[in-house]
Amino acid sequence: MEILRYAIYRLGTMLLTLLVVSVLIFVIINLPPGDYLSNQIAELRASGQSSGVEKAEFLRKEYALDKPLWQQYMIWMGFMPGPHGFSGMIQGNFGWSFEFDRPVAEIVGESLWLTVLVNVAAVLFVYLVALPLGVLAAARARTWVDYTSAFVGYLGLATPNFLLALILFYYGHKYFDLPIGGLMDPAMEGEPMSWEKVKSILIHLIVPTFVIGTSGASAMMQRLRANMLDELGKPYVETAVAKGLSPSRMLTKYPLRVAFNPFVADIGNLLPAMISGSVLVSVVLGLQTIGPTLLTALKTQDMFLSGFVLMFVALLTLIGTMISDVLLVMLDPRIRYEERQR
Amino acid sequence: MSDRPDDRYVDSAPFDMAASVKELERKDLDAPNWVLVWRKFKTHKLGLTSGIFLLVCYLLLPFVGFLAPYGPNDRDSEHIYSPPQSVHIFHEGSLRAPFIYPMTSEADLETFQWVFKPDLNNPQALQFFCEGTEYRIAGLIPSSTHLFCAPEGATLFLWGSDRLGRDVFSRILYGAQLSLTVGLIGITVSFVLGIFFGSLAGYFGGKLDWTINRMIEVLRSLPELPLWLALSAAVPSNWSPVAVFFIISVILGILDWPGLARSVRAKFLSLREEEYVRAAEMMGASSGRVIRKHLLPNFTSHLIASAALSIPAMILGETALSFLGLGLRAPAVSWGVMLNDAQNLASIEIYPWTAIPMLPIVVVVLAFNFLGDGLRDSLDPYQQ
Repeated sequence: MEILRYAIYRLGTMLLTLLVVSVLIFVIINLPPGDYLSNQIAELRASGQSSGVEKAEFLRKEYALDKPLWQQYMIWMGFMPGPHGFSGMIQGNFGWSFEFDRPVAEIVGESLWLTVLVNVAAVLFVYLVALPLGVLAAARARTWVDYTSAFVGYLGLATPNFLLALILFYYGHKYFDLPIGGLMDPAMEGEPMSWEKVKSILIHLIVPTFVIGTSGASAMMQRLRANMLDELGKPYVETAVAKGLSPSRMLTKYPLRVAFNPFVADIGNLLPAMISGSVLVSVVLGLQTIGPTLLTALKTQDMFLSGFVLMFVALLTLIGTMISDVLLVMLDPRIRYEERQR
Repeated sequence: MSDRPDDRYVDSAPFDMAASVKELERKDLDAPNWVLVWRKFKTHKLGLTSGIFLLVCYLLLPFVGFLAPYGPNDRDSEHIYSPPQSVHIFHEGSLRAPFIYPMTSEADLETFQWVFKPDLNNPQALQFFCEGTEYRIAGLIPSSTHLFCAPEGATLFLWGSDRLGRDVFSRILYGAQLSLTVGLIGITVSFVLGIFFGSLAGYFGGKLDWTINRMIEVLRSLPELPLWLALSAAVPSNWSPVAVFFIISVILGILDWPGLARSVRAKFLSLREEEYVRAAEMMGASSGRVIRKHLLPNFTSHLIASAALSIPAMILGETALSFLGLGLRAPAVSWGVMLNDAQNLASIEIYPWTAIPMLPIVVVVLAFNFLGDGLRDSLDPYQQ
């Protein structure tokens, strides 16, 4: 029950944060001077095409771009009736993309799920790689295992993601015949889900997951190693060894469980970095996530599209952080007690 | 010799307390903090080497014009995508002054590419302290002397040339000027903001603390890169390269401060309760003075270490932004701008040397990480 109440409290703070974030994002997408339509109008006027001007003027009215900024924000979010009544983010209307001349929801469509998929795969990769390697590096501290993993870890941190992506793609294709670019076979785009499609997506996921996960995994690994080393020096470990527990059982039974907390708590730091990484890597590798869409939208000042993508990315991060917080409370009773004392 | 019945030896000289403290320890107890930190840091070989390497890099920045054989935007339309040339000292088994084999180009009619081959019969010696493209030392003193340049009629592309026939080696040197300073400016912005907000929150507490804390949480929970992208997309495209450079560094710094502010706040919360702070307050010191003179010096060393650890993130950030075309733009030269050329698989496969700017990035980022680790380990000299 305690946990349920905490989860609800956490959901509430998340929604509040999201509200603040939406203001921030709205300000950011309005920072460039002018907007897409007024730029277009100026361009059309200069070339003397009056019919286009009318359409653009109509769109300006339609999307309330002629109103003051704060009203534009309220209408965008759906707190205030626009030209067509309440129809904003909350009501599920994500706006119109001027660049593609289609509703935003239609453009992002499938790529939202692929974005979630890529990021979840990368998080799983980080945990699957960092957990065993971190424990191994701590248990065999100051041996070649430790040094090799530290070296690879440092290299992973220092190499820019996008270059790693290009290089791995090249060699993956050359030696393992991995497919180049995209998240699925071009023939299967827009097709309904099928076994073949799932298989194709999985094969295409290998390189992106690896690339996005590497830096996160190496950071996580180093932290887990440090935590484990702290725990391994404590007297209870000595007692466990003296009792005659086998080394592997001793490791998993005591120090690992203590060192595990920061591991879960860390997801709050890990997620923003991973999602950043996935945007960049998607652009380079041409994955059908929202990364490339964001880039074009930002470059062409397509404000509703970029606003929606930024909101989605922020929401994804916030949900991830919330889940990790709730997990942490379930895992560590001490945090629960602190909460109660307040 | 002995006056004890059980034959134990006891010196008859009086016991001197001070003598029991060893010479070395005596000095240790009196030495100022930075000497102790330095002494410990010296034992951290990797950190020390990295520190010296970075120092040399930064000191050389004003003089890159002298070190680079070409200017950053010198084009050689005859040698587009010329592969790297190496400097030799042996020609047909005999030792000579450093020389290169000039490149001869030939069109391959099957692939429609230029094929470059070194002309092994015609070694040409390098020129030293020669005249070349004009540049300015530290942006002020005009000069045209280069440390070394290509022989007459030949080229010297140590790391190949790019799609416009510009020398990759020279451009990497010039690119270092922007790529390395971006981190410094960014970290300054981040420090000013972080220390300001962190100390306000930690020292005054209450509502201010709550507000700043929420602000930090919101900023920390957002992915950096999309925000960087959005902010740099707002930079007008008609600004001069220098203005763009400054605004990009500021953008990098603006999103970096929350982490720092959090650690500053935590430190302040614990230090605020110390007696010497109360003493200073009772003697009538203003809050600003207490913060600056009594609290901040307590963890400057900590701040320096965290700076060394966050500069690499900024260097990588600038690279990513420029790589995507939203950061620095040509004619500015930075490592990210150069890598923009190596964006597709074709160039990695056919012209791998266009990806060379990645090496200095990796090396510099690693060096900053090692330096930061070394500093962090040696910060607390009393802890063993």
